[in-house]
Amino acid sequence: MKYTPQDFKSNQEVKWCPGCGDHAILASVQRAMPEICEALNYTKERFVFVSGIGCSSRFPYYMNTYGFHGIHGRAAAIATGVKVANPTLTVWQITGDGDALAIGGNHFIHAIRRNIDINIILFNNQIYGLTKGQYSPTSKLGIMTKTSPYGTVEHPFNPGALVLGSRGTFFARSLDVELKLTQDIMVASAKHDGTAVTEMLVNCVIFNDKTHSTISEKESREDRVIVLKHGEPMIFGKNRDKGLMLDGMKLKVVKIGEDGITEKDLLIHDAEEENPGLHSMLIDMKYPEFPVALGVIRAVKDKTYDDNVRDQVIDVREHAQIKNMDELLRSGATWEVK
Amino acid sequence: MQHKVIDTQEVVIRFTGDSGDGMQLTGTLFADASALYGNEISTFPDFPAEIRAPQGTVSGVSGFQVHIGSGEIRTPGDFCDVLVAMNPAALKANAKWAKPTASIILDSDTFDEKGLTKAGFKTNDPITELKIEDRNIIFAPITSLTKESLKDSGLDPKSIIRSKNMFTLGMCYFMFNRPMEYTEQYLEKKFRKKPQLIDANKKVLHDGYNYAGNIHAIANTYTVQPAKCEKGIYRNINGNQATAWGLLAAAEKSGRPLFCGSYPITPATSILEELALRKDLNAKTLQCEDEIAGICTAIGAAYAGNFAVTTTSGPGLSLKSEALGLAMITELPLVIVDVQRSGPSTGIPTKTEQTDLNQALYGRNGECPIAVIAAHSPSHCFDAAFYAGKYAMEHMMPVMLLTEGFLGNGSEPWRIPSMKDYPSVTPPVITEAETPYWPYKRDEQRLARRWAFPGTPGLEHRIGGLEKDNNGNVSSDPIVHERMVKERADKVAKLSEFIPEQQIIGEDSGDVLIIGWGGTFGHLYTAVKQLQAEGKKVSLAHFDYIFPLPKNTADIFSKFKKLIVCELNSGQFADYLRARHQQFNYLQCNKVQGQPFIVKEIVDAVNAIL
Repeated sequence: MKYTPQDFKSNQEVKWCPGCGDHAILASVQRAMPEICEALNYTKERFVFVSGIGCSSRFPYYMNTYGFHGIHGRAAAIATGVKVANPTLTVWQITGDGDALAIGGNHFIHAIRRNIDINIILFNNQIYGLTKGQYSPTSKLGIMTKTSPYGTVEHPFNPGALVLGSRGTFFARSLDVELKLTQDIMVASAKHDGTAVTEMLVNCVIFNDKTHSTISEKESREDRVIVLKHGEPMIFGKNRDKGLMLDGMKLKVVKIGEDGITEKDLLIHDAEEENPGLHSMLIDMKYPEFPVALGVIRAVKDKTYDDNVRDQVIDVREHAQIKNMDELLRSGATWEVK
Repeated sequence: MQHKVIDTQEVVIRFTGDSGDGMQLTGTLFADASALYGNEISTFPDFPAEIRAPQGTVSGVSGFQVHIGSGEIRTPGDFCDVLVAMNPAALKANAKWAKPTASIILDSDTFDEKGLTKAGFKTNDPITELKIEDRNIIFAPITSLTKESLKDSGLDPKSIIRSKNMFTLGMCYFMFNRPMEYTEQYLEKKFRKKPQLIDANKKVLHDGYNYAGNIHAIANTYTVQPAKCEKGIYRNINGNQATAWGLLAAAEKSGRPLFCGSYPITPATSILEELALRKDLNAKTLQCEDEIAGICTAIGAAYAGNFAVTTTSGPGLSLKSEALGLAMITELPLVIVDVQRSGPSTGIPTKTEQTDLNQALYGRNGECPIAVIAAHSPSHCFDAAFYAGKYAMEHMMPVMLLTEGFLGNGSEPWRIPSMKDYPSVTPPVITEAETPYWPYKRDEQRLARRWAFPGTPGLEHRIGGLEKDNNGNVSSDPIVHERMVKERADKVAKLSEFIPEQQIIGEDSGDVLIIGWGGTFGHLYTAVKQLQAEGKKVSLAHFDYIFPLPKNTADIFSKFKKLIVCELNSGQFADYLRARHQQFNYLQCNKVQGQPFIVKEIVDAVNAIL
C-alpha cells in the first residue's frame, strides 16, 4: 500500500505555540512514515506512538495512528509493554528532556539496556515548557529560569552519553530545522533493530528561545555542525573544507589543504563500530571547539529484548510437558481421595 | 515411661530455628507428607526479614507452623502441640506458642553457654527461666547425632551440619507416624546431580526416625487419621502459586496471552517467579526496573491486547498509584495484586496485615474508583485471581486483588478443579473497522468500552491520561468531565450486578454477625463454629467482594442485633462500611501486630458483646 504524509495526519488541531520547533519534527516524522512503510513493508495500523507528559508528548494526538498519551516519565515503560505484548507493532516513543531524563531517567536507561526494539524521539529544548519555564536536566550550566533566578548550579546531561553508558545500540541527533535530515534519521531509526534514540535539538520559542541558535542559524550552521554519514569522511563547513582527525587520543578539527592535509587523512565515520570510544567523542563535541555532530552517530547490531522474549517462549513451548491449565493444575505432587 | 499412641483429630507442630537451619523446608516437607497422607493441613511460615540475621539471636529465628487434622482445618492453629527449637533463641522466641501440654524438642548441642548468652538468657537454665518446666521437654543431641550419622559419608563438615534438619524431620515422622516416601522422592529429585547428598540426607532422616523410636523420652506419638474429604484429585497449594495460576486460568479462558510486569517485593515475589515459569502457557513476564515500570509496562501490554497484571505489596502499590489512575481513565483491563504486609513504609515486611485496604480503595488522585476483590484462603487465591481477571477484561477496567502475606506463604490442600467448570471470559474486543471509531462508547449492560488492539486496520485511535469525551477527543469541557467521571464510577458500581450475593455462615439472623474479609477467614470461621457449638446465635459474613459490595449487604446486616467487624488493621473495613451503610452500628475487633488472629481473641471479643 502506498501512503502519503497526509495519511498520517490526524484530524486534531495542532496546539503547539506558533514558531515551536515541534511543528517541524511532526512534519518530518509524517514525511518519513510513507518511506518507512515502503522500505519495511509496514501498514499504518502497525504504528503506535506512545508519549509521556510535556509539550512534545501531545505528539500522538496529531498522528493518525494508534497512540497512547501516558503519564510523566513513563512512556518508555508503556512502550516496552506494548512492544513485548505484540512484537509485530512498530513502536515510537515521543518524549522530552524532562520526561525522559529527569522523572523518567530510570525507564530511559533500562529500555536502552534491554535493547527493546522501540524508537525514542527525545525532544531536547533544554527547558520545561509545559510548566512554563523551569530548568531541565539538559539546561546549560548557569542558565537563568524561573526556578534558577540566579542561574543554575547543576551540570546538564548529554543524552547521547547516557545512551552509550546504557550500552545503547543506536543514537542519532538532528535539529528541528533540518527537516530532511530528521526524516532520513527516522527511516534509519525504523530500520534499526533495538532501542533507537534520536535526540532532536528543538527550539522553545517562548521559554528558551534560541537555545540552539549558535548551531541552528542558517548562515553559520554548516560551519558549526557536522552531519555524519556511515562510511563517509568526516567533512563539514560551508566550503566542505573542514574535517575531523584523531590527534593522539583526542579529536581535532583540521582544514583541508593546510599542513598538507587531504580528504584522505580524515576519519571515516563508522556508525557500526561496536566500540563506543569514538562515538563517545563525537557525541561530546561542543561548539565552538568542535562542530556539533548530527546524523546517525551509532547503529550497531545486537539481539533485541523482544526477540529474546519471543524466542524463549517458542523454545520452551516446543519442549513443554504442560500445554494447558488443566495439565498445569494436575502437575507435580497430587493425591486422590476416593 | 509408658509409650502412648494418641489418636487425635488435629495436631499443631511448630518448627523453629536459626534462619539458616532450613526450618521452612522442614515444615514444608512435613506438611506435604501429611497432605499426601490425606490430612487436612494449613501452614504458616513466620520468618524474619533478614535472610541471615546474626546466627543464634532471637531476631534471626525462623518458624514454620503446620496444622494437620482429620477434620476441618481452617487455620494454621493458634498454639502448638509440638515445638521444635533448634537453638536457645528459637526456644526463647517461641515458647509462648507451646500449649501447656506440649512436647518441646530441643537440640541440646546448641544449649551451651555461648548459645544461651546469644539468645539473651540470663541463667544457664532456660527452661526455668521461661517457666516451661511442666512441658514435656526432650533434649536431643541433634547436631552431634547428625555428625555421627554422617561421619563416614565423605561430606564436608558444613554439609553434614546442614543435614540436621533432616534428623529433626525424621524424629517428627516417627512421632506422627508419617510415611517417609514422599520426602525421599523429594530428596532424590532435589539432589539428582549429587547422589552423595541423596544417600546422606536419607540416612539422617532414617536415623532421626529410629532415634525417636529408641529414646523413651518421646512418650507420646500421634496418629492423625486422613480427613474425610470430598472425592477428587488433591494437591497442596500456597496462596501466591494459586494467585499466579488463577491469573493464568483467566488468560486461557479469555484467549488473551498473559503479561506480567512486576518488581520483586516481599511477600509478593513468588507470584512473579511462578508466572516466569509458565512460558509453556505463553505467559510473558518482565522483571522491571521499578514498581512504576511494572504497572506501566502492564498498561502498555493491556493497550496492545494482552491480559496484563502487575503484582506487588503495599509499598509497591503506593508507587503504582499514579499509573493506576492512568489504567482507570484509559479504561484498560488490568489486575493489580497486592499481597499485603505490615506497614507503614517498610514496616515489618515479612509479617502479615490487612492494612492496605484504604490504599486500595482510595489511594489515587482525582475521582478514581477501582474494584477491589479479596482472597480468603491460600487456595481461594485461585478463584479470586480468576474472577479479578474475568471482571477486569469483561468490564474493561483495572481490578485490585488483595491477598496477604499470610495467604501468599500459607498453604492448604486443594481439590483440583477442572477448567471446564469455570465460566468463559469474553472481553469486548472489536476487530472490524469502524468509521469513526469511538474508543469510549459503552455497552449498556456493563458500561464497558470496547477493546481495539493496535494492529487492527481501521480502528486507529488515541487514548491517554487526559480527560476525553466518548469519541476519544481530548476535552476539558466541565460537563463532559463530570459526565465521564460519573460513567467510569457507574461502571465500577454496576459490577455489583455481576458478582455473587453475600453468603452467611450460620443462621441468617441472630444476636451477633461477625463481619470479616480476606485472610482472616479461617480464624473467623473456626471462631464462629466454636461459638455456634456453644449454642450462641452468632453468624459470619465474610466478604470477598469489597468494592462494590454485594447487593444484599444491608439486608444481611439488618437481621442481626449486633455487628462486629474483625480485621487485622485499626478498622478500615469498618470505616468503609460506615460510609456505605450508615444505618448500622459497627463494633470492632482489631489487631495490628503483624500476626494473624488467634481464634480465642475473636471468641472473647464476641462473648464480650453477647
